This record gives sequence, C-alpha cells and structure tokens, in this order.
Amino acid sequence: MILVVAEQRAGTLSRGTWEAVALAQQVAGGEPVAVLVLGGGDASRVVAESGVGEVLTVEHDALASYTPDNYVAAVAQVVAQVTPQLIVMAHTYQARDYAPRLAARLKTALVADVIGVKGTGTAATFLRPMFQGKLVAEVAPQGAGPAVVTCQIGAFRADAVVRSSAQAVRAVPVTLAEASRQTVEAPFQEARQAVDLGQAERIVAVGRGIKTQDQIAIAERLAAAMGAELAASRPICDSGWLPMDRQVGSSGQTVAPKLYVALGISGAIQHLVGMKGSRTIVAINKDAEAPIFEVADYGIVGDLFEIVPAITAALQKLER
Amino acid sequence: MKIAVCIKQVPTREWQPRLTDDRTWIREADASFEMNEPDAYALEEALRLREQHGGEVVVCSAGPARVQQVIREALARGADRGVHVDDASLASADGFTVASALAHAMRDEAFDLVLTGLQSDDQGHAQTGVAIAELLGIPHSTIIMDVQIADGGVRVKRELEGGWFQWLTMPMPALLTIQSGINQLRYATLKGIMAAKKKEIRSAAPPQGAEAGQLPGLRIIGLSLPSKAKQTRLVSGPPAEAAAELVRLLRDEARAL
Repeated sequence: MILVVAEQRAGTLSRGTWEAVALAQQVAGGEPVAVLVLGGGDASRVVAESGVGEVLTVEHDALASYTPDNYVAAVAQVVAQVTPQLIVMAHTYQARDYAPRLAARLKTALVADVIGVKGTGTAATFLRPMFQGKLVAEVAPQGAGPAVVTCQIGAFRADAVVRSSAQAVRAVPVTLAEASRQTVEAPFQEARQAVDLGQAERIVAVGRGIKTQDQIAIAERLAAAMGAELAASRPICDSGWLPMDRQVGSSGQTVAPKLYVALGISGAIQHLVGMKGSRTIVAINKDAEAPIFEVADYGIVGDLFEIVPAITAALQKLER
Repeated sequence: MKIAVCIKQVPTREWQPRLTDDRTWIREADASFEMNEPDAYALEEALRLREQHGGEVVVCSAGPARVQQVIREALARGADRGVHVDDASLASADGFTVASALAHAMRDEAFDLVLTGLQSDDQGHAQTGVAIAELLGIPHSTIIMDVQIADGGVRVKRELEGGWFQWLTMPMPALLTIQSGINQLRYATLKGIMAAKKKEIRSAAPPQGAEAGQLPGLRIIGLSLPSKAKQTRLVSGPPAEAAAELVRLLRDEARAL
C-alpha cells in the first residue's frame, strides 16, 4: 500500500495533494493507495468521495496548528500501524519542514523533489533534479522500510488522478504530547504588494547575469518598450536590487503571462517553477547550457548587454 | 552563546557538468568549488547573532581535504574555529549520511544553536540540517527569515508559500535552516584571511561501526542531462540582426507583442 500524506490549509486540500496521489497511483502498480488527512474534517470527506483509496484521519487538538514535532509523531505512528511500502507527499514548504525529520525518525530514505518515477513498489527508482537543474539523477532508496518521497509541484498531474467510487474514512488513534516544543503564532502576509505580476501580460525578468544594480536599467528600458512589468529571480531581490514583490519563483510569485523574457537567468528550479507556464518564453543568456533554455521557445545565446539594447531599439523602430 | 554553522562545499555556479564514466557522479577533477551560498547566509546570521549576544561561532563541514577551503573562508569571515569531518566518500553522499557524520562530530560540543542553509546547490535534498536536528534530539524550524534570541529560547520567522510568514518560538538548543535574503553577506577582508590562518580546525573521524551501520540513503543509479520540454528556436547573428529577427518572430510567429 502506498500512503499519501495530504496537506490542507483551513479545510481546503492543496493542489499538491492530488499531484502526490497521481504519483502514488503510478508507483503503486495495482497495489492500493491510502490517503492520510491530519486534522480530518471536510478535506477527508473530499478525498473519500474521490474514491482514490481508503482515507485515514488523525484528529487531535495538538494537530490544530502545524508543528514539525507533532506531524512527525502523528505520521510515524500511522506508518507503524498501516505499514506502507512508500510514503508520498507534495514538496511544499511544509513538507520541507518535516519530511526529512520523519525519514530520520523512521530510519528510512528521503527522496525529495521528485520529477519522475520508474517502475513500481519497493523496486521503484526516482528522478530528481541536481546541481540547480543542470542534471537529473535517477536514485534508488536504500535500506528497509518505507522511503519518504516528496514530489515537485507541477511534475505530476492532478488531472491524471484516476477516481472511483467513494471510499471509507477511518480514524487512526495516535498519542501526542499536548505541547510540542514549538509554539506557533498565526501565519500572516507581509505588507500589501505594490505590483501584481500575476496580472501582467508581458514580463521582463532579470537574474544574476545583469551583474550590477545599475544595469537593471537596461532591462527597465526593454520592459518599457515592450509594455511589460519588470520582475526578477530571487538573488536579485535578496541583494535588495528590486523589491521582493517583483520576485518570480517558488518563494515569490507564480506567473503565466503571454510573454516572459528571461535576461541573464540561469533557470534554476526555484525560478522555473514560477514561470514555466508562460505562453511564450524568451531566454537571453551567455551560457548555451543554462537550464532556462529547456523551457524557452526562443533564445539568444550571447551578451545581454549588447543584445537587450538592440531588442529595445528594434521595438522602438517597430513603434515608428 | 555557542553557535554551530554547517557549511557545504559545492561546485561553483559556473561549473559545467562532466560525469564519471559510469555516470554515477561528477568528474570532480574538472570542477572548481565554493561555499554553498545558502550556507553563507547561515554563517552571516551566526556572526550577527554573536555580535549581538556574544559567544562563539564554530564552522562544521564534512568531506575530503578540499572542504577545508570553505572552512578557512568561513574563519576569514569571522568564525572562531572549525570542525572538519574528514571523509572523501561524503562528497557524493546523500543528506542523511552527511547529517550522521556531522551530528557525530558535533554531539559532544553542546551547541545552543545550529544553523545551516536551507539546502545545498549541488544535491538539493533540503535534508541535512533537519536530519541533524533529529539525530541530536533538538527542535528545528526551516526556511527562516528572522532570528531573535530571548529568555533561553529563539523566536524565528518562518517563510511559507505565496508571501506568507509565521513566527514561532522554541527553547534552545535548536536548529534552524536559513533562507537567502535574511541578511546581506559580508566577505573576508585581508585582515580576516590572515587571522584565519591561526584559527583551529579540528579534524573529526566519521562515525564507525555500529553508528555507521546500515544507513538509509540514496544510491545514484545514473546522472543525465535534463530532457528539453520544448524545441527552442535559437536566433543567432550579430546583436542588431538577432534582435530584429527575434522581434519579428515574436510579433509574427508567436504573436506575443
């Protein structure tokens, strides 16, 4: 049996949960899939109705708010009772916070950020990115016991999930300390964002290749000529060269505009996941092997400091 | 306050993949190495906490002799001393194996805080720090954007998806994995580089026998170049011509302008 650990926020199942179910169904090879919903509630009913497998719930006051201590303890106890072959969940911020501790507690392998799977069951091997997306590794979990597998958001398709007739919901008893070592406060959003990149039809984004803060002006002129919003990969925002609300990527905004122009952006996974859904992607980079070219529709390999002003000039000529 | 920072040495950002003949690892002789940038943010945070609260910053790294380069770099930036778990096989090992080696070397030092980057830019499991916390039996939190020390505990701001954050409090000792952008990195001065030469780097042996045992981990079956999601239309020629052609394609073919 393959055990999927669902993720929910305030009763709503995350999209990643369904992607994890898709992976579980692929690797199960005919074996049953079960879905663990910590906190139960409406989310467990939604899963049960989909018929993807038996739904296991753990309802305990200590799980009202997420803490790694209690999630690790709860999942570990469920695993001890139902003895799955594999444990699967989406590679979210929450999974990154507790899945490695769960694997260490269970003394089983962690296979994180999976983008593909070969074979089924305990013989399955997994594909995951390495070296900032420059390489893909095929890995095999070592050791006895269920490996903990987390899947990259968007790598498996929620709409590929095979549904069936409604299944039962079963409560699983666990023992949890009322007080975890973490005392959590309510999540909050930072100050209202000045720019909503999600609404932009065209985006010009800069990465490390822009080299200095001053030279962002080259990208600004292109954006103006194109009627585009300016965006950036995380390192540019970390340096304070552009505000965080212009960040595209796994820790910033996910965008899918008509046109996305990536200037001096290598295409590390954290950035790609934020923009690969764009309709037309253009990449300008001096490195022909940069991972950004894997998702680009059009590309120029060369010096952006010469090429970008030339594109701006060509656009201005069009206007006239 | 006694703070440990775990730092990994990884191939440089500019490195182009070259694989061993059996394709199970990279050809290290062809690579240049540097400090894993997420760990640099963890080091910077440790140095700032020491400036505010006093104490000692100890840099820990595991791998072959070459990793002493990043330990020295960290000492040059201001860390007080280093610990090197000297084992060449750790260079290609998975996160749990490395965590076991580091935890073994760190266990007797009784650190108040352990900081690591949120993941390494080579294998990127985002695992080593959290696994160390489990092995040392201390609480942890990840992807941290702010650290405050108060009343024998630590209050941290954890980054969540989509611009959300969450503060939480834990007693020390605790482990944190640090997010980039939490601070601005300092770089070594000449004075720091000279001072680093006199700072101690303790060599620690990797765990042996029972503790090493049958570790759960990952075996790399093969590395390959990623398959392309799309057929990229590359536009070549001198800048002015390439630019004009690209604009024409975007306007007439892609209809994106």
